[in-house]
Amino acid sequence: MSRVCQWMVVGALSTIALTALESLSSMSREISAQMLINGAGASFPNPLYSKWFSEYAKVDPSARFNYQSIGSGGGIRQIKAGIVDFGASDAALSDGELKQMPRELLHIPTVAGAVVITYNLPGVQRGLKLTPDVLVQIYLGQVTKWNDPKIASLNPNISLPDQQIIVVHRSDGSGTTNIFTTYLSRISKTWATQVGKGTSVNWPVGLGGKGNEGVAGQVKQIPGAIGYVELAYADQNKLPSAILKNQAGRFVEPTLEATSATVAGAITELLKDMRVPIVNSPGERAYPIAGLTYLLAYKEQDDQKKGAALAKFLWWAIHDGQKYAPGLLYAPLPPQLVKVVEAKIKQITFQGKPVLAAH
Amino acid sequence: MTFDRYLRRKAINLLVSTLAFLCAAITIVPLLMILGHLLSQGAKAVNLDFFTQLPKPVGEVGGGMANAIVGTLILIGLACLVGLPIGIIGGIYLAEFGNNRTGWLVRFMSDVLNGTPSIVIGIFAYTVVVLPMRRFSALAGAFALGIIMIPTVIRATEELIKLVPISVREAGLALGIPLWKVILRIVVPSAKAGIVTGVLLALARIAGETAPLLFTAFGNRFWHQGLGQPIASLPVQIFTYAISPFEDWHRQAWAGALVLIAMILILNILTRIVTRGQYRPMK
Amino acid sequence: MTNSDQRGNFLEPEASPTDFVLTQSAKGANLADRLFRGTTLCFAFGVVAIMALMAGMMVRSAIPAITTFGWPFLFTSTWDPVAEQFGALPFVYGTVVSSLLALLIAVPLSLGGAIFLVELAPSWLAQPLGFLIELLASIPSVVYGLWGIFVLAPWLRTTVQPILGALFGFLPFFQGPAYGVGMLAAGIILAIMVAPLISGVSREVLMAVPNSQREAALALGATRWEAIRIAVLSYGRSGIIGAIILGLGRALGETMAVTMVIGNRPEIAASLFAPGYTMASVIANEFTEATSDFHLAALIEIGLLLFGVTIIVNTLARLLLWSVAGNGATARE
Repeated sequence: MSRVCQWMVVGALSTIALTALESLSSMSREISAQMLINGAGASFPNPLYSKWFSEYAKVDPSARFNYQSIGSGGGIRQIKAGIVDFGASDAALSDGELKQMPRELLHIPTVAGAVVITYNLPGVQRGLKLTPDVLVQIYLGQVTKWNDPKIASLNPNISLPDQQIIVVHRSDGSGTTNIFTTYLSRISKTWATQVGKGTSVNWPVGLGGKGNEGVAGQVKQIPGAIGYVELAYADQNKLPSAILKNQAGRFVEPTLEATSATVAGAITELLKDMRVPIVNSPGERAYPIAGLTYLLAYKEQDDQKKGAALAKFLWWAIHDGQKYAPGLLYAPLPPQLVKVVEAKIKQITFQGKPVLAAH
Repeated sequence: MTFDRYLRRKAINLLVSTLAFLCAAITIVPLLMILGHLLSQGAKAVNLDFFTQLPKPVGEVGGGMANAIVGTLILIGLACLVGLPIGIIGGIYLAEFGNNRTGWLVRFMSDVLNGTPSIVIGIFAYTVVVLPMRRFSALAGAFALGIIMIPTVIRATEELIKLVPISVREAGLALGIPLWKVILRIVVPSAKAGIVTGVLLALARIAGETAPLLFTAFGNRFWHQGLGQPIASLPVQIFTYAISPFEDWHRQAWAGALVLIAMILILNILTRIVTRGQYRPMK
Repeated sequence: MTNSDQRGNFLEPEASPTDFVLTQSAKGANLADRLFRGTTLCFAFGVVAIMALMAGMMVRSAIPAITTFGWPFLFTSTWDPVAEQFGALPFVYGTVVSSLLALLIAVPLSLGGAIFLVELAPSWLAQPLGFLIELLASIPSVVYGLWGIFVLAPWLRTTVQPILGALFGFLPFFQGPAYGVGMLAAGIILAIMVAPLISGVSREVLMAVPNSQREAALALGATRWEAIRIAVLSYGRSGIIGAIILGLGRALGETMAVTMVIGNRPEIAASLFAPGYTMASVIANEFTEATSDFHLAALIEIGLLLFGVTIIVNTLARLLLWSVAGNGATARE
């Protein structure tokens, strides 16, 4: 009996070994088979990017894009080390940071998204209004209860519970954090001096979640929680978004139209430099916390086939790919911006020659 | 009075015995709860799709973890390439020739390696494999897992070979067989069952490792494209899904956990079967 | 008993037949045998080489952080990647507190369980119970974390923490809002994870106590418990302490389950309800995205710290265990 079992064990181990061997042999066929193009970075656009890569596999079956959502900080780091073929970040790199890259790195904006303030208040579904000051005070830990008069006075029609506000922020390096803290720094000198802005800051209070996914997950699990996530995450998980007061003084709900209005309001600056932050945008209908998200690719690619495939995808993303954006509540790029981005994509070269055939 | 004291001592005895039983029982309770949850939540979620489909785009319901399951199998299979040579051959050394300072050092290092957090081993694999290759890959992940395997295999091999009676070796030598042949052809095969057990235990352990894979094998939403590329694995997938907000991903995480535990359980049960009636190495 | 009984100790190794053969054959230049021994030695030494390489590479990568911060790294509590100010104190604190909490919960339970299984239980009960506890040891960390997020944390938040806060709220340990996730959740999950380890090693230590000890105590009229206390526990004391320290070593290095339930906040707080951060968790969360080389060096320095601490703890445990079970017969894990 134990003989049979021993043979079974041998059989099991052999299967594992054979599977491993099969992969080893497929490694040699790697170049001729499907190309795998690896990317990593922002969780902000992940819902849209995963849709894109899934759809694009039908458009160009010869390439597979493997994108891992590890946060903008991760995207920047990994593309800098050259470990992935492209990065993704909502935090644009400054000129100083660009100089630290091994070669010239291009920012390719793909879509714009809104950073919403989502919350978990049993009994309070939609319609919570917040002003920038109150928001800052919550995240500074100065306003600690939901039924604090500062919040209650903004929301006379909602009965707020006597519950602790549980603040959630990002524990990883995040472009979403960058957009959010840039906004807070602009509207509050206290925040700017005490905490500052960046992909990863010294939060005064709160729990840390990993990725937009982690923050949304925490908010969903914990009653009384408040967090900042990209609109798609709140929407897909049926989490409510707070209505914020914008610079023009109006309370604006985070919608696709509001995000587009934000981008439109900032278009002149964007055309000069696409990395400019667009938070606290003037304009009646603009939603105050929004930002563009970028794919990061080296101007000079080191693999002809991969570079061409990547450029082809980028071209598709800013044209055909844009039609998937509204469904997930991301704002497509306005046509003037698309023209500028097209020129950027054409700059991608391999050994000096542009990889993209004439379009 | 002596009778009172005697009663008191008996009472304390009874009390302590009950407490001890309760302690044992309470230690089991979390296990039963976890297994219960796994079964109820996981069984609901496991369907054919889970085993055959790739993950769907973020937020969409459905899809499966087929690539992650295969990925884990590949990773532990590859890890054997790193872990088994050092483990088994090293174990032979320790058993046959290890009665010296070098042997003591190797044993000590093996024990320390056993207690090293797997994330530290992951950092090592990142520096040694990912950075030079300039890519996340299945090879890097397997390298990390292989290192984690080594202490378990080395210890099992050493113990089982030492169990083979000296008389067997003496008999072989007396017949004029060279020492290396005695060891390789006679001693090791008779310890085979135990060595296999050690390997199975090691595989069961590394199948569940997550931390080192986070920055070596990375992750892949598609089928693996060769060993020099990132690869999905069951534990990493479970982690990613568990901390996300999507209900469907939570469901799949439970299913994944159930499949993972089933794999580990099967490996553990196999070890018991293989060595039924024979001496088992201490884990 | 195994052949290991014939072995001596570190300072006076005893010869075995293979040693004898080799000494003879060394003169006769039996090349094949010596080649064989040399080859196996190389592979065995691979373990030592790996450990040395690991330590070396980590030190090299962490040098930028070590030279910049020096010793204060261990005592500063700011972790600010933007300002590039790094201090490891919150993580050290979180690691130590969560592990100690885990031991506080796990040690009495494990020891009690081990005593029950070895001394008091009939064998028809001891076997399956022991098997079940071993099974606990084989559940992967990420599955514990999964259970922690969806079962333990909500239960703590809705039931346990309010009760603890109401009863013991005057103590600083039980103050603050009930998140569910936090130090308490991490401590409990770690306790569940190290209990099988401590239990298993303790069982072996207790089983290694010679029966003559127990019999002598019983012959003197001791009750069962008194016999255990006098004869077994004091005999195996250093081994049990070794088991506990092994459990500590495991708790210090646990990554996934802790990351999923501790709240990920690099802050030192007295309350068990507060979120925290451990050394292993911060590495897991921030490694792939350390935005600057400096940040990465700081993280690797934390990894080095963790490595060093686990080496010390494990060495201590081994020494204690060897003193009970004898050299060579390596105790479980």
